[in-house]
Amino acid sequence: MENSTVDLSAIERVEAARTAHLTAGAKPAKVLAHDVNVYYGDKHALQAVNVEIPDRGVMAFIGPSGCGKSTFLRCINRMNDTIASCRVTGKITIDDQDIYDRSLDVVQLRARVGMVFQKPNPFPKSIYDNVAYGPRIHGLTANKAELDEVVQSSLEKAALWNEVKDRLQDSGTGLSGGQQQRLCIARAIAVNPDIILMDEPCSALDPIATAKVETLIDELRSNFCIIIVTHSMQQAARVSQRTAFFHLGTLVEEDSTKTIFSNPKDQRTQDYITGRFG
Amino acid sequence: MTDAISSLPTQLPPARRRAIPPDVAAARVRRRYASERTFKALGFGALALTAVFLVALLTSIIVKSLPAFSEHRAVLSVLVDAAIVDADGKRNADAIRAADYASLTRAAITAVIPGIEGRTARKALNGLLSSGAADDLRDRVIANPSIIGTTIKTPMLFSDDVDLYLKGDTGRHTAALGAAELTPSDVKGDITLTAANQSFAALIADLEREGVANDAEAGAHVLDGRIPSRVVYINGGAVKVVKATANTLAGPVLLPLSSVTPAQAGSWNLTTYVQPESRRRISDQEIVFIDKIRSAGAIERGFNWRFFTSGDSREPELAGIRGALIGTALTLFVTLILCLPIGVLAAIYLEEFAPKNWLTDIIEVNINNLAAVPSIVFGLLGLAVFLNYFNLPRSAPLVGGLVLALLVLPTIIISARAAIKAVPPSIREAAIGLGASQQQAVFHHVLPLAMPGIMTGTIIGMAHALGETAPLLMIGMVAFIVDVPTSISDAATVLPVQIYLWSDLPEAAFQQRTAAAIVVLLGFLFAMNGAAIWLRNKFERRW
Amino acid sequence: MTVVYFTALALLTLTAYVLASRRSVALSATGVRMHSLPAYHGLLAISLVIAPMLLIWAVGTPLVSQLAASNALTNFPAEIRNDALQAGSALREIKNLAAGQHSGDVSDALRAATDTYSAWRTSGNFLLLIIGLTAALAGIATSLRMVSGQFRARNHFERIVRIVLMACAGVAVLTTIGIVASVLTETIRFFFDPNIKGRPGILDFLFGTEWNPQQAMRADQGDIKSAYGFVPLLTGTLLITAIAMCVAGPLGLLSAIYLAEYASPRMRRYAKPVLEILAGVPTVVLGFFAALTVAPYIRGWGEALGLDVASESALAAGLVMGMMIIPFISSLSDDVMNAVPQSLRDGAYALGATKSEAIKQVVLPAALPGIVSAFMLAMSRAIGETMIVVMAAGLAANLTLNPLDAVTTITVQIKTILVGDQEFDSAKTLAAFALGFVLFFITLILNIIALRIVRKYREQYD
Ligand SMILES: Nc1ncnc2c1ncn2[C@@H]1O[C@H](COP(=O)(O)OP(=O)(O)OP(=O)(O)O)[C@@H](O)[C@H]1O
Ligand SMILES: [Mg+2]
Repeated sequence: MENSTVDLSAIERVEAARTAHLTAGAKPAKVLAHDVNVYYGDKHALQAVNVEIPDRGVMAFIGPSGCGKSTFLRCINRMNDTIASCRVTGKITIDDQDIYDRSLDVVQLRARVGMVFQKPNPFPKSIYDNVAYGPRIHGLTANKAELDEVVQSSLEKAALWNEVKDRLQDSGTGLSGGQQQRLCIARAIAVNPDIILMDEPCSALDPIATAKVETLIDELRSNFCIIIVTHSMQQAARVSQRTAFFHLGTLVEEDSTKTIFSNPKDQRTQDYITGRFG
Repeated sequence: MTDAISSLPTQLPPARRRAIPPDVAAARVRRRYASERTFKALGFGALALTAVFLVALLTSIIVKSLPAFSEHRAVLSVLVDAAIVDADGKRNADAIRAADYASLTRAAITAVIPGIEGRTARKALNGLLSSGAADDLRDRVIANPSIIGTTIKTPMLFSDDVDLYLKGDTGRHTAALGAAELTPSDVKGDITLTAANQSFAALIADLEREGVANDAEAGAHVLDGRIPSRVVYINGGAVKVVKATANTLAGPVLLPLSSVTPAQAGSWNLTTYVQPESRRRISDQEIVFIDKIRSAGAIERGFNWRFFTSGDSREPELAGIRGALIGTALTLFVTLILCLPIGVLAAIYLEEFAPKNWLTDIIEVNINNLAAVPSIVFGLLGLAVFLNYFNLPRSAPLVGGLVLALLVLPTIIISARAAIKAVPPSIREAAIGLGASQQQAVFHHVLPLAMPGIMTGTIIGMAHALGETAPLLMIGMVAFIVDVPTSISDAATVLPVQIYLWSDLPEAAFQQRTAAAIVVLLGFLFAMNGAAIWLRNKFERRW
Repeated sequence: MTVVYFTALALLTLTAYVLASRRSVALSATGVRMHSLPAYHGLLAISLVIAPMLLIWAVGTPLVSQLAASNALTNFPAEIRNDALQAGSALREIKNLAAGQHSGDVSDALRAATDTYSAWRTSGNFLLLIIGLTAALAGIATSLRMVSGQFRARNHFERIVRIVLMACAGVAVLTTIGIVASVLTETIRFFFDPNIKGRPGILDFLFGTEWNPQQAMRADQGDIKSAYGFVPLLTGTLLITAIAMCVAGPLGLLSAIYLAEYASPRMRRYAKPVLEILAGVPTVVLGFFAALTVAPYIRGWGEALGLDVASESALAAGLVMGMMIIPFISSLSDDVMNAVPQSLRDGAYALGATKSEAIKQVVLPAALPGIVSAFMLAMSRAIGETMIVVMAAGLAANLTLNPLDAVTTITVQIKTILVGDQEFDSAKTLAAFALGFVLFFITLILNIIALRIVRKYREQYD
């Protein structure tokens, strides 16, 4: 990236745009969940979850299948709004702002809280358009040059730039699975969110692609608050600083990753990480 | 169907329980296989019969249509008489337009067969040409006034009856060379032909077989229009046989003879036209004239461009489908610009935004039922609401398009919904996860991906609209309209209605044109369906 | 005038978009953080121009014509004004003259009326234009005032879009309401309006066996007796439908079975288009085929066998109608049989059933509801089909079940009565709407039941 020294202003602009909508003197990003209950129709999928997620670093959610990890993750950017039968009670704040507040524009919330899905889902458009879509709809850049800049830096941050820089106009669906997933991460980064939610981002990937995505997560953690759902204990141990264990719709235990894996307080956590159930 | 399964063991008795002799078992299996084969053959037969229906339908129509694609013309020299066309010599356009061109074409055809006297004969001769021949000549003169005063060679359209005679087998005949010397009594008028011997005995025998007895009063066998007609070609002329005895023939001259010199045996002939005159639309007189023109080498056959370039007409040889085609295009244009956006937006609403409640349910049930309402009922709607309530113009493509739009709307909504549903939810989630609003996700991502499917459904819907007739009859698109419409509020007709109108007319030439119009219609339909299939295959996406 | 109005509309739309989005861009250049993209401010401004202008046009134009017409008619004496028919024809003459298409003499009253008419229309339309322009300019001003950092233009615009979407979905409902309303009101008038001469009672209609809608047009034709007995039409319709179902039922179902269970993929590839082409042939073409090819054949065969066949026999129409619905039955049945789970077939095969046994004893019984509904939909299609019967069946309302006789159908009678000149208030014209109502009702019942069955059936195997 030879011209990055020439024009850093684009990135600065985006950064400025992001900080501009934080209220003056805002504290760093942090998610606070208080007594969160989620219902799908009559089904009580998540019970009284309380958790505090720090503003930088990686938080991992682990737990057996169907315990509500994805459900809770999707509460944080209100993706659950798209499911008609889903009802959320309790309070979730990001930087002290209640995200279920009626006056809040959910679209702006999602611009702050990016999401990467289990299966890579690039738009069937060019790689460039995939990454540029977010900045475009949020009006983050003023002209084509700035947009190019944002696309390049996002792809670089997602460690994909070198692989795709000569084929930016090719379709995003033509990439390999691992590349697609990194493209999706780049796409999420391009909006410059505070928080990135990742729901089993590596479950559709082979070990090499997984390693690349993990490296990437590790690099991103100094700039973003990352919340990752994973079924792989090793992965949780490798990439996260804090870990939360869910079981049957409740949050059983949340602590530093080291503590959870070496010295859990709850018996269920112990059983789970030693593979006795789940 | 659990019953059905439990009934099976009765057919397949367990071998353990009762020993069945091997030959009985084998016979039973054979019988079951035979019934299997019969069943399969029945299925295949049904399919084959359906195919036979289709082939019969298409061939019968194509065969019927073929004659309509060509037309016969007389290539005649015509003097564009300045005294008639441009009497004052000022090349005044209005005067040129109003001139009597029919007299010119009459003169031209009379020149080919001179010496015709008598009103009926002259009328028959002039009637060979279509009234369109004079109009063509007028167009030619207007386009190029410099030909005024000169003699030009120009093709002139025959009337539909002549055209059919030239194309068909109405003129089927047998000719017997004269066996004896034959003497005409005159060169014109009613004449008698006297043979040197009893050479017409065979003809008399034929006539008796055809049921003509000797007429005592006339002292001869009298021929009428109900039996095959006989014409004697002699000395360059033709005589129709009305009375026959064993050695004389008498009747009117159809074509003047050159002289009354006795014709040698073998230099004249007696021609029998197999179809009786009363059963054809063309008289013996006309046949003789046409054959004369033909032998002068002045008949050409060419592709019937007029069929595609002119509007409707009372004269079959002048009638074309241009008006109907333009009317169809205007009508379908109105239909398309109404039902495509409305259908797609409705589908988007129902598929992406509609809350699941009773209202949505009603809309849904309603759309499915609307798709099966008889089309004529939509015609009633158009008549009562658009014509009588809103006072929109009758027979106009605007109203036709409106009615057809309502008619195909359910089809388009249903297919658009299917196309939208086929777009995987992960695309929507991706967009929404990036902070796109639901509408942005739909309009930026889902809709473009669903577009090929929507287009396929739309083309099929439009093909349906293209073939629809009944509702358009209701709103008055059945009027006889000669002018080609130029706007959506002009009176117009459409191709299927034109087909219906022509199919009701008695002239055989119109029947052929009906079939030809059907061929054009089917051509458009196949093209549209082909396009839909192509689109489907090209953009079919596996997720 | 319409052209001027819509040109103005287009120009104002463009102006609104440019102004509002420019303003938004300018605002964000001063460092204000904008909630919505400039495009949304522009789009919202557009909606504020289009909506009022369209509304004013839609309401105003008919109002202006109405006013112009009623004022123009004051030039005519009261007896013309008060007679609906005469007033109507006078109005038509006025409009023709105004459009310069009048042929024949022009009376003084007509000329004066036309002048009044044109004057009213011109000034009315001018007024509309002024009102529309004012409203549009007000819309632009409002939208410009609203542009600000916090203003949620996107949300407002999306609400408008949602309303538009909903309205589009509502068109289908409106169509149904329109059909029911128009057909039903005329039907009610047919039976109950005391001003209609010669209307029958409901029972006469439902059970009468004679159909003769000829109306005595003049006093001296008073001896023509009109009769509106529906029974012969019903039997005629059912006779032709029955013939069609006899052809299409077995052929369609057997074809479907062959395609779904026996045919190789290659065979399917060739056979499907045959059915699709047949399904796509317009009915007017089939009618032509029926009238000109099939009917003469049947007549010929009948004569050869010594039978007396009417030239417009029910048989010819029924046969071709059967051809028309074969693809309909076969494609619906094909879908239905494909939906039967493979496990059911496997169950039968595992017991040693042959393919045809599995089909007859397992697949068909399982698919029966779907097949029944396919037949019902096909029947409703046949009952409502118009062109084939118009062209190949007759007008004679014979009460007969002999397929060699000529019969007439509901649709043929609707078409015959309503095509050509009609006076809207005669019993004859209203009778056509009553028939339309009956037709709509019969087919609706068939469709609803069939669709219900299909839905149940789908749910069972989904
Ligand atoms: N759309 C939905 N409608 C109804 N119930 C749902 C829906 N989504 C999830 N559930 C239910 O909510 C519970 C939690 O689901 P969730 O997807 O959060 O589990 P998870 O922990 O992510 O499991 P996995 O590890 O398998 O992804 C499950 O019992 C599930 O059946
Ligand atoms: Mg999950």
